[in-house]
Amino acid sequence: MNFKLRVWRQENGKANGKLVDYDAPDIPAQASLLEMLDIVNERLLLRGEEPIAFDSDCREGICGTCSLTVNGEAHGPDHPGAACELYMRKFRDGTTIVIEPFRVKSFPVIKDLVIDRSALDRIVQAGGFISARAGSAPEANSIPVPKHDADLSMEAAACIGCGACAAACPNASAMLFTAAKVSHLALLPQGEPERTRRVVSMVQAMDAEGFGNCTNTYECEAVCPAEISASFIAKLNREYSKASLRRSAGE
Amino acid sequence: MIGNFEARIPSGSLDRKWTSHKDHSRLVSPNNRRKFEIIIVGSGLAGGSAAATLGELGYRVKCFCYQDSPRRAHSIAAQGGINAAKNYQNDGDSVYRLFYDTIKGGDFRSREANVYRLAEVSSNIIDQCVAQGVPFAREYSGYLANRSFGGAQVSRTFYARGQTGQQLLLGCYQALCRQIAAGTVQMFPQTEMLDVVIVDGHAKGIVTRNLRTGKIDNVAGDAVVLATGGYGNVFYLSTNARGCNVTATYRAYKKGALFANPCFTQIHPTCIPHSGDYQSKLTLMSESLRNDGRVWVPKRKEDCAKPPKEIPEGDRDYYLERKYPSYGNLAPRDISSRAAKEVCDEGRGVGPGGRGVYLDFADAIKRLGEETIRERYGNLFEVYEKITGENAYNVAMRIYPAVHYTMGGLWVDYNLMSNISGLFVIGEANFSDHGANRLGASALMQGLADGYFVLPYTLPNYLAGQMGRRPSNDNAEFKKAERDIRAKIDNLLKINGKRSLDSIHRELGTLLWDKCGMARSKNGLEEALGKIPELRETFWREVRVPGDGEDFNQSLERAGRVADFLEFAELMCLDALARDESCGAHFREEHQTPEGEALRDDENFADVFAWEFQGNGQIALPKLHREPLHFETVHLTQRSYK
Repeated sequence: MNFKLRVWRQENGKANGKLVDYDAPDIPAQASLLEMLDIVNERLLLRGEEPIAFDSDCREGICGTCSLTVNGEAHGPDHPGAACELYMRKFRDGTTIVIEPFRVKSFPVIKDLVIDRSALDRIVQAGGFISARAGSAPEANSIPVPKHDADLSMEAAACIGCGACAAACPNASAMLFTAAKVSHLALLPQGEPERTRRVVSMVQAMDAEGFGNCTNTYECEAVCPAEISASFIAKLNREYSKASLRRSAGE
Repeated sequence: MIGNFEARIPSGSLDRKWTSHKDHSRLVSPNNRRKFEIIIVGSGLAGGSAAATLGELGYRVKCFCYQDSPRRAHSIAAQGGINAAKNYQNDGDSVYRLFYDTIKGGDFRSREANVYRLAEVSSNIIDQCVAQGVPFAREYSGYLANRSFGGAQVSRTFYARGQTGQQLLLGCYQALCRQIAAGTVQMFPQTEMLDVVIVDGHAKGIVTRNLRTGKIDNVAGDAVVLATGGYGNVFYLSTNARGCNVTATYRAYKKGALFANPCFTQIHPTCIPHSGDYQSKLTLMSESLRNDGRVWVPKRKEDCAKPPKEIPEGDRDYYLERKYPSYGNLAPRDISSRAAKEVCDEGRGVGPGGRGVYLDFADAIKRLGEETIRERYGNLFEVYEKITGENAYNVAMRIYPAVHYTMGGLWVDYNLMSNISGLFVIGEANFSDHGANRLGASALMQGLADGYFVLPYTLPNYLAGQMGRRPSNDNAEFKKAERDIRAKIDNLLKINGKRSLDSIHRELGTLLWDKCGMARSKNGLEEALGKIPELRETFWREVRVPGDGEDFNQSLERAGRVADFLEFAELMCLDALARDESCGAHFREEHQTPEGEALRDDENFADVFAWEFQGNGQIALPKLHREPLHFETVHLTQRSYK
């Protein structure tokens, strides 16, 4: 297959970037988008040009390292799935493909398509955990969890931390990311003791990182490679309101 | 000078060794712990759990990873599950049985005491993970669910959909985040370790490169822990993430750490077959699929091109069920992989190039309904469809073995310390627990056992004698290591040739897959040993590494790793050649039973092979040291899964 590419090139965080056109002829239909970029990079290298910097690791949709906006959509047109799970046979032969990094103020560009998502780590560090010291855990089956709750918790926990939700959101909100972690832990009895503190500090951290607020556009849910439901945002809001009430009641 | 090459297995009966060892290990008091700085390289299940746990205990931890966040370590991609001897199914499981299955699965090439300890702490791991909020699958009763995995006749595998590795890693990532927030752990993402620094015989620091800025740093510590995973990417194509590499362990080897059993590499039987040269990695289909899928090929070569549905039952060869009736489709990985290779070599393989076998769910769908199969494996079927464009509910999956895990690694004693004092190695990076073949769902167990429950006991035993001995990072050894690293980077940037890294790496991978893959022979290995040095010369003469070292430069990162693979590959082939027997995943064609199974030679090879670096090139071959394996409890038998 043959493609025309328009790729975001940016020397470093301080430089101005621009879209640069490349030809990508003779690409196998079974190749993934990232493998197509590998082929283009190999050709650039042999021509003496600098390869396009982009991030990837597992290349099977689970590590969350992918950070590409393809034709204006986070992770590209084949939902659900990360950019590494996007295959060239899904595109029309001869078409132009525009590849940019995720565009979020809180995810600054490092180089070309590579961005800094440490803001997401800091949200988890603010309280996205259960404080269970190694050695103090009770016997696992002493904490039965109803199957429905465990399954729902797993649905939230499946988040791969890529940040596509914030990239797709017109407000650059990281609510879906935060909601997934809050819900995963709040749905389990083990998460109960820290429930109030957790949601309050995580929401504060999210705001401090400069992410916007949710206005229910559901773009996040549409692009999420892990199919995290936007209903978890409602759960986050409920958790946050309850926590605020408890706090104001002096608990 | 090889330092401490002694297994240090505690005395006493097998089931008392770990307890009495803990009882007699030295401790560091709570007030003194903050005086120690521990360097941990790697943030996967082993490194992440070790960093979090040592942080909780009050040590000052510095944790390094090459990824942009510790949550992206490759443990995240493990699908199937984690073993534990809980016996929740009341089906006869026990610590002894998990120990025995693991040691037998490893074809009797691992240490009894290490494997027993692993089985012993397996239950604590599940307790710990549940307490952290890992959402394991549950029964309607609310209690934990289990499934079966290869090489076992009990159901002892705990799982979270097909994403068990992800959930366990997020559990320990969250524990790590808690310690980062508490200030006990300092995290250095996008930072690669390029050398270990040894001062007066003790590992006291590392040299790192910040991958974002190119800055080289010297980091001093009281002990160094390597948790840097396996070296499967030496084959270029594997199920590993693109960034997985041998650099940390190989450079420690060049500083004197012994490398054990490097030829023990696991080829996983159920991966999506290779389809072309553009391919950058292979994708695993979880072993759990073999619970319900049946593996077969046509009986006759002529049928291979037909659609599978048109081949009647009587013309199919369910070769695993035929050859191994008691384990059937759940035969261990090495055996299943070789059986697939064998039927394909006979010309009965299916799909492009004839390198594939069917994994068929038609019977299971008939028996349980499509809905149940979707519930159990839905996400795996989706992955399969994305990659191949085929719907496995209607057409049998095609699978083929691929490189997946490496049992070999740096040699460690019972305390997980290498022969260099103060250099600890945990998780896939060490060689300790899986012998010549790892059973499914045991890698997650080992990574977490090492990090949560072993290292926190064995590391203080070393530290207790090291108070106040941390050198300053401007010590001469640091300066020398830093100079060497800078010179190596400059050399890579200077080559300025005409070939890409990938083209050379791919050539190395193809060579290894042919000569040091699922089957090995003296002639083939000698041929590979002749070609690898040539390929290495080609690399240093013709490769092109653009850009400079003072910046974010992905080509430079990869060049250093490929350069190490090109040296390490030789060590792997030497080990495979020296081990003149077959065992587990190491199949020497010269040594097989009449039925074509691996034929061990316990008289001459019931040893760990530990290699000592002697310098580059043919003139100075690495020196082999042997650690005899003593079996006090199990009786060595020919492995049978029939």
